[in-house]
Amino acid sequence: MSTTYAPSAESLNTDTVLPEQYLEVSMGPQHPSTHGVFRMNVVLDGEQVVKLKPVFGYLHRNHEKIAESESYLGNMPYTDRLDYICSITNNWAYAIAVEKLGGIEVPERAEYIRVITGELTRLQNHACLLGFLLQDMGASGTPLMYAFRERETILDLFESLTGARMMCNYLRFGGCRVDLPAGWLDNAKAFLAEFPRFLDEFERLLVGNEILMERSQNVGVLSRELAINSAISGPMARASGLNYDIRKVDGYSIYNRFSFRIPLGSHGDVYDRYMIRFLEMRESVKILEQAMREIPAGPIQNPAIKARLFRPKPGEAYGRIESPKGELGFYLISDGSGIPYRYRVRPPSLINLTVLEDLCLGHNVADVVAILGSVDIVMGEVDR
Amino acid sequence: MELETFKSEIEAAVPGCRLEIIPNPSPSAQHSLLVDPEHGLAAAYYLRDTAQFNFCTNVTGIDWPPKEITEKIKIKQIVDGVEKDVDQVRKTSVPGYLEAVYHLYSIDRKVGPLPLRMRTADRDSRVHLPSLTPVWRSAEFQEREIYDLYGIFFDGHPDLRRLLMWDDFADHPMRRDYVDPDDYEYEPTAHDQVLARAREHAAKAGAL
Repeated sequence: MSTTYAPSAESLNTDTVLPEQYLEVSMGPQHPSTHGVFRMNVVLDGEQVVKLKPVFGYLHRNHEKIAESESYLGNMPYTDRLDYICSITNNWAYAIAVEKLGGIEVPERAEYIRVITGELTRLQNHACLLGFLLQDMGASGTPLMYAFRERETILDLFESLTGARMMCNYLRFGGCRVDLPAGWLDNAKAFLAEFPRFLDEFERLLVGNEILMERSQNVGVLSRELAINSAISGPMARASGLNYDIRKVDGYSIYNRFSFRIPLGSHGDVYDRYMIRFLEMRESVKILEQAMREIPAGPIQNPAIKARLFRPKPGEAYGRIESPKGELGFYLISDGSGIPYRYRVRPPSLINLTVLEDLCLGHNVADVVAILGSVDIVMGEVDR
Repeated sequence: MELETFKSEIEAAVPGCRLEIIPNPSPSAQHSLLVDPEHGLAAAYYLRDTAQFNFCTNVTGIDWPPKEITEKIKIKQIVDGVEKDVDQVRKTSVPGYLEAVYHLYSIDRKVGPLPLRMRTADRDSRVHLPSLTPVWRSAEFQEREIYDLYGIFFDGHPDLRRLLMWDDFADHPMRRDYVDPDDYEYEPTAHDQVLARAREHAAKAGAL
């Protein structure tokens, strides 16, 4: 047989009696560094992690079951609640899956609006994540507040466009819900002109900091081979040197019109995952500048689509996008009625956690917090 | 079509393997490959190592309950000595099964998705499929989720426990015929639906 990447046998037996010197600790579900209600059963030998089993389900509401009793349109606002930091990219992934299922064309202006709002979402997600990560590593307050200040501006932009700050419910299959209001693009351009200055400041704040480097370099190293085999996606995979960005690979929407680069890491440790998000934000700024310059006038919704009466032909489709956290996919099966027969979310946060134990073994408890922070999870999406 | 090449290649490489191409009539045209459970693991190794589908993105279950297909057919019958076309309703029952779907991509060849499917024999007792976690580690949590929500047992999975529901939970909530237990504390609100349900509950349980 060929190579396997299965977890080691000794890490599996969950109810064996532990050797005397071991201590079993339950980290979470109410631990401030677990980013929500998430628990890890950690077995420690002194300070060192010998075994780590994540426990899920505290936020489980069977999203997929509920979605299988709602119409295709009715599910759109519900996707906001998956990864509640990046609602627009959730809408986008669902819209792409429905568009593949129904063979729907999207007008050009709508594609530009999707790229602009989607990349803004990426900016605020990455900025927040870096703030959370630094907070987890002990840089109390300041970095997080800097990140939240920028996020605030982006949320204001979302509010004036969609009416909601976090649960945007903005995209529709075949386009967007409303057009950009007057002056919105100018506000967004003004924000974007200021953003690189924030990035410089934020990067300078801690990038050469000795404590940060000590705590993150060579901690939680993920190899490229394991990343591929475990279907790790997004910034986490690229920090391990895996050149796989769905914006480039699939070229969905209009991403092949913009020139941008894919930053790659070489060590795959926490520090690489930290730095890769700065570099990705700089690339997003490039995409945003091009999109805001080139956005054409025109319709924002495909007029042939009757969203409320949408009944795709029987069949199935898997659609995916590069969400800020990784590959967000939706798998839909239609039986010809107005309600999806099967509705499946491929959550990047959950699948990126597959290797959490492999990353943590042999490290100290305090490193678990940094490693988990660098994975970038949102429990709304992990548990669904 | 690439799928047909895979089909013949796998059938040549894995003796006895039965494969079927399931066409997808929707505009997405993502046709899938159905493999029999006995040779699922070998076919998966072939797809990963030789066909370079090294990125198994999405693993999910589907429940297909048994259904009756009713169709009207015309048959010739002799009525009162005269041959006539008579409508007759023919009922065919299709047995139910559970299905696991693996969406495969290739990082190096940049192709995909290739949906790989496996079906159980029925929905009650013969619900075992081979686990593909040794082939693609990404299936580890997702197969646990299918086991939890659909009740497919993955033989060879290193750590098959419930993922989202609690350990004492008995049923599989994503099945189509799942009925949620009547053990809620109903808050009598102004919603008619909830009120009706609360009364129903009170009649059964004896108290509100």
